[in-house]
Amino acid sequence: MKLQLKLNQALRLWQEKLGKLKPEALFQRTSDKRTSEHAPAQQRPYSNASRKAFWVMVQKEFGDHIRSWRFSILLAIIVLACIGSIYSAITALQAQSDSGNTQTFLFLKIFTLSDGSIPQFTQFVAFLGPLMGIALGFDAVNTERSKGTLSRLISQPIYRDDFLKAKFISSLLLVAVVIFSLGFLVMGLGLVVIGYPPTPEEFVRVICFLLTAVVYVGFWLNLSILLSIRFKQAATSALSSIAIWIFFTVFYGIIINLVSNAIFPDQNGTTEQILRYYGQMDLLSRISPAELFSDITTTLLMPNVRSLGVLTMEQVTLALDSPLALGQSILLVWPQLTALLALTFVCFGLSYYLFMRQEIRARS
Amino acid sequence: MEPVIELTNLTKKYNQYTAVNGLNLTLYRGEVFGLLGPNGAGKTTTILMMLGLTDRTSGDVKVLGLDPNYNAIEIKSKVGYMPDDIGFYEDRTAIDNLVYTARLNGIAAKQAKQQAELLLQRVGLENAINKKVGAFSRGMRQRLGLADVLIKQPEIIILDEPTLGIDPEGVRELLELISTLSREEKITVLLCSHHLHQVQQVCDRVGLFVQGELVACGNIAQLSEALNEEKTVTIELEVAALNNPLKTALEALEQVLSIETAAPGSAQRVTVTCSEDITALVAKLASEHSELYMIHRQVYGLDDIYHRYFEGGEAREAATKA
Repeated sequence: MKLQLKLNQALRLWQEKLGKLKPEALFQRTSDKRTSEHAPAQQRPYSNASRKAFWVMVQKEFGDHIRSWRFSILLAIIVLACIGSIYSAITALQAQSDSGNTQTFLFLKIFTLSDGSIPQFTQFVAFLGPLMGIALGFDAVNTERSKGTLSRLISQPIYRDDFLKAKFISSLLLVAVVIFSLGFLVMGLGLVVIGYPPTPEEFVRVICFLLTAVVYVGFWLNLSILLSIRFKQAATSALSSIAIWIFFTVFYGIIINLVSNAIFPDQNGTTEQILRYYGQMDLLSRISPAELFSDITTTLLMPNVRSLGVLTMEQVTLALDSPLALGQSILLVWPQLTALLALTFVCFGLSYYLFMRQEIRARS
Repeated sequence: MEPVIELTNLTKKYNQYTAVNGLNLTLYRGEVFGLLGPNGAGKTTTILMMLGLTDRTSGDVKVLGLDPNYNAIEIKSKVGYMPDDIGFYEDRTAIDNLVYTARLNGIAAKQAKQQAELLLQRVGLENAINKKVGAFSRGMRQRLGLADVLIKQPEIIILDEPTLGIDPEGVRELLELISTLSREEKITVLLCSHHLHQVQQVCDRVGLFVQGELVACGNIAQLSEALNEEKTVTIELEVAALNNPLKTALEALEQVLSIETAAPGSAQRVTVTCSEDITALVAKLASEHSELYMIHRQVYGLDDIYHRYFEGGEAREAATKA
C-alpha cells in the first residue's frame, strides 16, 4: 500500500514537471525548428506537401541505388554466394538422407546446412549483409555535401530530418527487397531440388529470419550513414565503417577469447563462479551485433536450440529433447532482437542529432 | 513599397568570432538588391539565417512576414536560393534535376516536366535538355541553377555569387536574364557578389557588407555622393596639347581648384578638379584653344566606393590582428 502511494506521488510530480515544459522550450534548440509540426493541423498547410516531397526523395534515392554500379556488383556477389550455399546445403542434405537420418524441419536445413566446402546461407548473409549496408550508406550525406547538392536540396521546402529519413528508408527498402528476393530464391530453388514443401511454421520461421536480416543490415546501413554525416570525406567514412565491421567480425572474437582465458575460473570453482563466468562471457560477446544476429538466426532456423546460454544439469534433466515452438523460439531471442533494434535506433538518433545541428554551406 | 525581407539587429556568432554584427536591412518587393562584400564578410551566413538554415545568435528576421526559425518550410517554398558553386546530380539530365526540384516543391510530375522544359528554354538551355549535367560547362550550370531557383515560382530569389567563374559574355547574359526576370515577374532579387561592376549593372540598390557590418546602403548615386565628402567634381579630358592659353584660361576660372596632367607631350590627359560641375564650360574652352578628343565627368563608381570602404576594412582587420 505504502509503495503504491509513493508511486502515485512520484507520478503526479512528474506530470507537473512535464506540464511546465512547453513544446517550444523542448524544440528551441534544433536548427530547422519543427515547431510547426507540433502546431495544430490547420496551421501547417505544408505538411501534406512535405510528406509528398519525402516520398519523392525516397523514390529518387531508390532509383539512384538501383542504377549504381556498386549495387550491381554487390548484388552479383551475393547472388553467386547464395547459389553456392544452396548447392552446398543440398549436397549435405543428400549425404545425410543417404545415411538414413530422420529429418525434422528438413526445409530449414537449406539455410543452415553446409557440406563444408562453401559456408551456409546464413553465414553468407551475416558476412555480406553488412558490406551491402555499408556500401549503400557510406556516402549518403557527405557526397551530397561535397557535390554541392545538399545545400540546394536543403533550401527546398523539406524538413531536414526528412532528408535523412529518406536516405535511410530508400536504402532499407532496397535491402529488404534484395534480402527477401534472395530468401525466396533460395526457398524456391530448394523446393525444386529437394521436392519437399515447407510447413507453414517453417515458412514463418524463414520470414522471421529474413526480417531479422533486414534489421541487421539496417544497423550497418545506419552506422555508415552516421559516419557519412560525421566525416566529410566519403573515403574516410567508408574506411571507418569497414574498420568497425572487420573489428566485430574478426577481432572481437579474438579479444573475447583472450578475456575468456584471463577470467576463466579455477578448475575447482563453485557452480556459481562458473555460471557467473559464462554470464560475463555472454554479456561481452553480445555487445557485437554480429553475435546478436547469429544468435537470432540459429534460434530461428534451428528449432532444436533451446537456450543461448548455459544450462545446468538440473535444468536439463527432465527436459524433452524436442524442438521449440515458434513462439518459444522468438521469445528466446527477443532480447537479442531488441538489442539489435536498439543499436539501430541509437545510430539513427546520433545521426539525427549530428545532422540537425550541422550548418550546411555549399561544398563544405 | 512593401517590405519583403526585414532584418533587425541580426547577429551571428561562431564561438568568439562574430560573422554578422547587428545587421539592419530591408528589401522591398520587386527590387534588385546587391549585397557587396569581400570574401568572408558574412554574406552567406546572412542568407542562411534568412532561410532558417542556421540559427541566429540574436536579432530578428522576417521574410515575407514570417520568422525563418519557425516557418522555415513556408519560407523555403517561396524563396529560391542559389548557393555559390551550385551542385547538381551529375549523372542525371538537366531536366531530371529540375523535375526533382519541382516535385520536392509539391508540383505534380507532369506539370513539373512542362515547367522545366519552359524554363530551360527561357534560360537558353533548350539544346541541353537531355544532356547529363556532368557534361555541362560552368556557365550552363549557373543558368541551370537559375532555372532551378525559378521552377518553384518564388517571390524572392537569392543568388549567391551567380557570376563566379563565367566568361564575360555569359555574365552579361545571366545578368540580363536576372534583370528581365525581376522586371517581368516582379520577383525580388538579392544578389550577393564581390564583382562590383556586375552588381552595378543590374542592381537598384546596393549594400556594402564588411566584417559582418553593413557600412553603406543605397543606390549608386547615393553611395557616390556619400563617398565624395569634399563635394568636388572631377573632369577628365583629353586634348591635343595642353598649351599655355588653355592652361591659363582654365586657371582663370574661379571654380577650378587644381589641374593635373598625366605626362607632357602631344595628346594628353588632363584632370581638372572643380568645386562645381562646369564640364560644359571646360569643354568649350578646350575646343577653343586646342583640339578636344574626349571629356568625361568622373562619377564615383562602385570601384571607388568598394576600394574606399574595403580598404578601410582591411586596414581595420590588420589593426585588430596586430
